[in-house]
Amino acid sequence: MTTLDRIKGYRPRQRHLPILATMAMLIGAYVYGASSYTAFGSGQVVLDLFINNAFLLVVAVGMTFVILTGGIDLSVGSVVALSTVVSADLLQNQGWSVIAVIPAVLAIGAALGFGMGVLIQVFEIQPFIATLIGMFFARGLCYTISTQAYSIDDPTVASLAQTQIPLGGELHISIGVVVALVVVAAAAYLLYGTRFGRTVYAIGGNPKSALLMGLDVGRTRISVYTLSGFCSALGGLLLVLYKSSGDPLNGVGLELTAIAAVVIGGTLLTGGSGYVLGTVLGIMVLGIIQTLITFDGTLNSWWTSIITGALLFAFIVLQRLVGRRAT
Amino acid sequence: MTKHRLFWPVVALLALLLGDLIVHPAFFAIEFRDGHLYGNLIDILKNGAPLILIAIGMTLVVATRGIDLSVGAVVAISGALACLHISGLGDQNSLGGTLAAVGMALGLALALGVWNGWLVAVLGIQPIIATLILMVAGRGIAQLITGGQIITVNSHPYEWIGSGFTFGLPSAILIALAVFAIAAVLVRRSALGLLVESVGGNPEAGRLAGLRSARLIWLTYVFCALCAGVAGLMISANVHSADGNNAGQFIELDAILAVVIGGTLLTGGRFSLTGSVIGALLIQTLTTTVYALGIAPQAIMLFKAVVVLAVCLLQSPVFRKKLARRRKAAPPPAAVVPEKVEAGV
Repeated sequence: MTTLDRIKGYRPRQRHLPILATMAMLIGAYVYGASSYTAFGSGQVVLDLFINNAFLLVVAVGMTFVILTGGIDLSVGSVVALSTVVSADLLQNQGWSVIAVIPAVLAIGAALGFGMGVLIQVFEIQPFIATLIGMFFARGLCYTISTQAYSIDDPTVASLAQTQIPLGGELHISIGVVVALVVVAAAAYLLYGTRFGRTVYAIGGNPKSALLMGLDVGRTRISVYTLSGFCSALGGLLLVLYKSSGDPLNGVGLELTAIAAVVIGGTLLTGGSGYVLGTVLGIMVLGIIQTLITFDGTLNSWWTSIITGALLFAFIVLQRLVGRRAT
Repeated sequence: MTKHRLFWPVVALLALLLGDLIVHPAFFAIEFRDGHLYGNLIDILKNGAPLILIAIGMTLVVATRGIDLSVGAVVAISGALACLHISGLGDQNSLGGTLAAVGMALGLALALGVWNGWLVAVLGIQPIIATLILMVAGRGIAQLITGGQIITVNSHPYEWIGSGFTFGLPSAILIALAVFAIAAVLVRRSALGLLVESVGGNPEAGRLAGLRSARLIWLTYVFCALCAGVAGLMISANVHSADGNNAGQFIELDAILAVVIGGTLLTGGRFSLTGSVIGALLIQTLTTTVYALGIAPQAIMLFKAVVVLAVCLLQSPVFRKKLARRRKAAPPPAAVVPEKVEAGV
């Protein structure tokens, strides 16, 4: 079989259709942008997508795990805000060093996630309600610590924030991007290379059969929410690097963007099917729309939310059609 | 008595009010001024009216195993459209013009409900996702209507919906009570409530029993969006302006919490409209208390989280069982009671 035949004979698998559609849309949006605006074609625009959305990417990776088990995590935006406020408070007011702040913030995020996981698994409170409580709790804590934004003038944070990693030519990325890519790689390995990952998919497919198969459903489910809390806290730290400030108003509505990115990336909200790579593409699609609207200049920012809604609709209907044909 | 569904929510509400009485006795003072009633309790009713309305609509949606995340967006959209129309009137106080604005806003809310219901009942998309679409896009639509500005209006007939008084009582609470009465009569004096419960309890069985499940489910989303539309009018009328970005923010979550506190299970099947009203009153009382006691208003969310957590845990069968077991195990020489073996998983 020649390569050409292989390409002609290629029929994508049903379950790959949404992710292929996302990829096609990403390429389409980029080609449209590059042909309309000369500056858009430069590679740095693509890298800027990563730089601007690194924190969101990390949060969405955590959300992917939760959604793969058929759950949902509404607390991520608040946990991101809490991480920025706690970091700012510890660095500016308490005089902690960056080395101590990082593990403290990550531990708080993981602990919150663990608590929600316990509520869901042990006390059988629905994920929606349990993480809603977490959302209010974390946001309330933010406001109790500070009602206004602080800027952070810690020299270590400033130097980390300004570090640019050159990629040859004029191109560069930030430290946040490196962290985000490491998180994506680790998540991909966890999901496809470990028993834990297979249990995550199994729970999403059918929690009862997963339990009957002897899988450790309880521990895995709690771990997934802990992981999401950890990722949100890490996302918050990246946001601190990006903005050099902590603000209790950070990340309002972020959970929706993260869920939208996961759905546009082809993960089924009922759980059991999806890819971390899809989530990366979903974030890229949302980011490129934002960039296009910024480049256009005549469109107002609210078009971003309308277009995101329209995209969500398109992808959900697509998944629905794919799902129907498959069954 | 503790078995009654409304027991814990009512206890929580009474406990909160009792706390207010002890810490801040003036909380209960009600004044009669210019033929209007004033006081914290009246404020709870007035400011709680939009939440009560939305909670009523949400209860029916939840009873069909659904959820409607878009109500906050519908609140913003309906307020935006009404204020846009009124601000364009030559005489903002004209009753006809205000009524037209209200009609247009409710018509749009109705259309949005039809859209949500279509996605859920006809396309068969999970409710949380189907309504997420409008939740995400809705704020953009509201800002599109207002042109990104905050539209201020100065119309007496319109204000009546939000901050007016009728027979000495806030009009908003009267509107909410009227909707509650209509909904309660419809679902409890006809078979409609039973049908909604059977659709929620087991949609497949309901369909096989000959229920037009899809149409019923569709109807609940339309009703819910209408309630949200009216609430949007109240909220914008109360502050004489429409803010596409912030109006009704987080109200969907408050409404869902009210429904859950009121004892309606998110898994569908059984619902309690009265419970949801009590839940909404509990949330509003909490907010008003925090303001009245001079606690930083930013702490409201923390309080909400703690109260809701407590109510949810008390309602959780697992938690109750653990609590009961601990109480039984407390007296030292107690005979060991063989634990019941739970069947199935």
